[in-house]
Amino acid sequence: MRRVTPDRVVGVIALALAVTAPLWASGYWVAALLTQMLFLGIVAASLIFLSAYGGMVSLAQVAIYGIAGFVVGNATTNGNTKGLNLGWSPYWGMVAGILVAVAVGFVFGALASRSVGIYFLMITLTYSVIANLTFGQVTDVSGFGGISGIPAPGFIGRVEAHPNRLYYSALVASLLVYALLRYVARTPFGLTLQGVRDDPVRMASLGYNVVLHRTIAFTFAAFIAAIAGVLFVWWNGHIDPASIDLGSTIDVLVIAVIGGLYRVEGAWVGALFFVVINNYSQQISFIGPRFHTLIGAIFLLIVLVSPGGLVGLWERVTGLGSGRHDDPSDRNPIEVGQVEPSV
Amino acid sequence: MTDTALERPRAVSNRARHLALRRRILHVVGWALLVVVVVLPALWVLFLAPTTGKWATAFGSAVHDPKDFWITMLNGITAAALYFVVASGFTLIFGLMRVVNMAHGAFFLLGGYIALKLQRNMVGEGGGFGLTSAQVNLTHWIVPAIVATLIVAAMGVTMQQVFLRWNQGQDLRQALITIAIAIILADQMLAHFGGVAEDIAWPRNFDKFVNFRVEGIQYTATRLIILGIALVIGLLLWLWLKKTRTGMVIRAGVDDRAMVSALGINIQLTFALAFAVGSALAALGGVIGGSFASLAPGLDANWLLYSLVVVIIGGMGSLAGAAIGSLLLGLTTNFAAAYLPSSYTYYSIIFTFILVAIVLAVRPLGLFGRPA
Repeated sequence: MRRVTPDRVVGVIALALAVTAPLWASGYWVAALLTQMLFLGIVAASLIFLSAYGGMVSLAQVAIYGIAGFVVGNATTNGNTKGLNLGWSPYWGMVAGILVAVAVGFVFGALASRSVGIYFLMITLTYSVIANLTFGQVTDVSGFGGISGIPAPGFIGRVEAHPNRLYYSALVASLLVYALLRYVARTPFGLTLQGVRDDPVRMASLGYNVVLHRTIAFTFAAFIAAIAGVLFVWWNGHIDPASIDLGSTIDVLVIAVIGGLYRVEGAWVGALFFVVINNYSQQISFIGPRFHTLIGAIFLLIVLVSPGGLVGLWERVTGLGSGRHDDPSDRNPIEVGQVEPSV
Repeated sequence: MTDTALERPRAVSNRARHLALRRRILHVVGWALLVVVVVLPALWVLFLAPTTGKWATAFGSAVHDPKDFWITMLNGITAAALYFVVASGFTLIFGLMRVVNMAHGAFFLLGGYIALKLQRNMVGEGGGFGLTSAQVNLTHWIVPAIVATLIVAAMGVTMQQVFLRWNQGQDLRQALITIAIAIILADQMLAHFGGVAEDIAWPRNFDKFVNFRVEGIQYTATRLIILGIALVIGLLLWLWLKKTRTGMVIRAGVDDRAMVSALGINIQLTFALAFAVGSALAALGGVIGGSFASLAPGLDANWLLYSLVVVIIGGMGSLAGAAIGSLLLGLTTNFAAAYLPSSYTYYSIIFTFILVAIVLAVRPLGLFGRPA
C-alpha cells in the first residue's frame, strides 16, 4: 500500500474530475477551455522536462509545436487554402508532422546544446522568432494568413459536432506524456541527464558525452511538443504565424513558470490557470482586451515572489518538499545562481 | 541505452584513436561546409546570378550589374549600422551585469513611439498619412529624439533599480523579469499607440539623395546619416570604455565584480549608468528605425531578435563583436533578399538562421566571445 500524501490525493481527485468533466462542465468549458488546457499543458510539460531534468529553459518549444502544426496543415488540407495542399490522410499528416518536428528539434538541439543557462534561452528565442518570421514570409507553406480547414482524423470527427472525442484524445495524450516523462526521468538516460544538469564538467570527465545527452533530451522534448502541435491544429482547424509569435512563445513560458519550472505536473496546473484567466479576464471591465498586461503582471509577481510557481506555493503550504533529501525545488533553474557558459 | 557514444569509453587508447579520427572528419566537413556557405554564394553573387530563366534574380550578377551590387552592399552596411546602435546597448548591459535584457526590443519601440508623439505635438498631426519631411525641420527631429532617449534611459534605470538590483547573479530569474516587463510594455503600447504602422518624419535637410559619381549611384542621405550616427556612437563607446576612468571600472567589473567592489568603488552606480546608456541606445535605435522604416506592434520582437542574433554571432559583451555581428547580419539579409532568385526572395529570412547556426557550430560563444 502506497502512502497517502496530499500530492496523491490531489492527483487522484484531479484525474477523476478530468475524466468526468463532460458530465459536470458545460460544453463550452470542455470544448474550449479544458481541451486547450490539455494541449498547452503538453507543450509546457516539454519545457518543464527540459528545465527540470536538463537545466535547459527552452523558448523553442512553441516553434516546434508550430512546425508540427504547419506540417499537418500542409499535408492534410486539400485545395482550398494556402500551403502545399497535399491532401494526405490525417493519420499520415500526424506522422509527418511529428517526424519533421523531431528532425528540426534535433538540429536546433545539436546547435544549442553546447550552451547553457541564459545563452541557451537566447539561442532558443532566436529559433522561435525566426520560425515565426519564416512561416510569415514563405508563402509556399503558409504566409501571413495561415492554413485553414485542417481536418481531424475519423475517430475524432468534426470537432464542433463531437467536442468530447477530441477532449478525451487530448486527455489520453496528456496522461501518456506525463507517464512517459516520469518514466524517462528514471531511466539511466534521465539520471545521466540530471547529472549533466548539476555538474557537466564532472559528467564529461566521467566519460559521458554531455552535448549528446543534451541534444537527445532536446529532441525528445521536441517530440512531446510536436504531439501538442498536432492536437492544436485538430482543435483549431487553422494555424497561422501568429499562433507561434513571440507572444505565444512567452505564453507557454508563463504557463510553465506559473506551474513551477521543476515539476512536470505544474504544466497542466499553469495551463488551467492561464486559460481560465484568459477567458474570464475579458469580462472584467477595467482589463477587457488588456489580457497580456494582466498575465505579464502575474508572471512578474510569480518570478519576484514565488519562483516555484503555484506548485511551489502548494509545496510550501503542505510542507512537502522541505526536508526531503531529494527536494524537487532544487531542480528549479530560477533559484539556482549563475551558471557558467560552455562545457 | 545501447548507443556506444552514451557509454563510458572502455580504453583510453581506443578513445584517443576515436578522437583523432573524429577531428580529421570534422576538419574535412568543416572545409566542405565553408565552401558551401561562403564560396558558392560569393560566386553566385559575383558571377553566376542570371537575369532570365528559372533562376532569374532581380539584378543579375555583380559583373553584369555593378551598380546594384554596390547599392546592396551599402544597404547592408547601413542596416548593420542600425543593428549596431541597438545591439551595442544590449551587449553593454550584458557584458557588465550578465543581465539579458529581454525588454530591449520593447525599449526600442517605446523610444520610437515617444519621439513620434512628440514630433506630432510639435508640428501637428499632418495629413491622413502623417507628417512629410517637408513639414519637419532639424529641431523637430532632434528634440524628440533626445527627449525619448532620456525618458527610456530613466525607465531602464528604474527597472534595474527596482527589479534587478536585489537578485544579482540569478541571471535566469532576471531574464524572466525583463520578459514580464516586455510583455506589459508591448501590451500597453498597443493600447496607447494603436496597431497601425506609423513613421517619424526625417527633417527636410536629411531627405535627399547623394550622388556618389561612381557607377551613377544615387543614394539616400538618410541611410548615410544612420551610418554616421552609428560610427560616432561606436567611437564614443570605444573611447568611453577604453580611455576613461568609468570605462576602466566597467571593464574591471566585467572581469571581477566582487574585487572592484572590494576596492571601494561604487559598482552599483556604474551598473545604473551602464543600464541607462544601454536603454538609451535602444531608444535612439527606435527613433532612427521609426524614421527609416516604421513603428508597429510586433517590431519589438524583430528588434529583440536582431539584438540577440548580433550578440550570439559576435559574442556577448564585446563591442567589436557587436560591430562584426551587425555587419554580418546586415550583409547577409540584404544580399539574400537581393540575390535569391526572384520567386524565392522570401526565403531570405532562412539565411539569418543559417548564419546563427554556422557561428554556433563553430564557436558556441560567438566570434569574440569568451567564457564568463
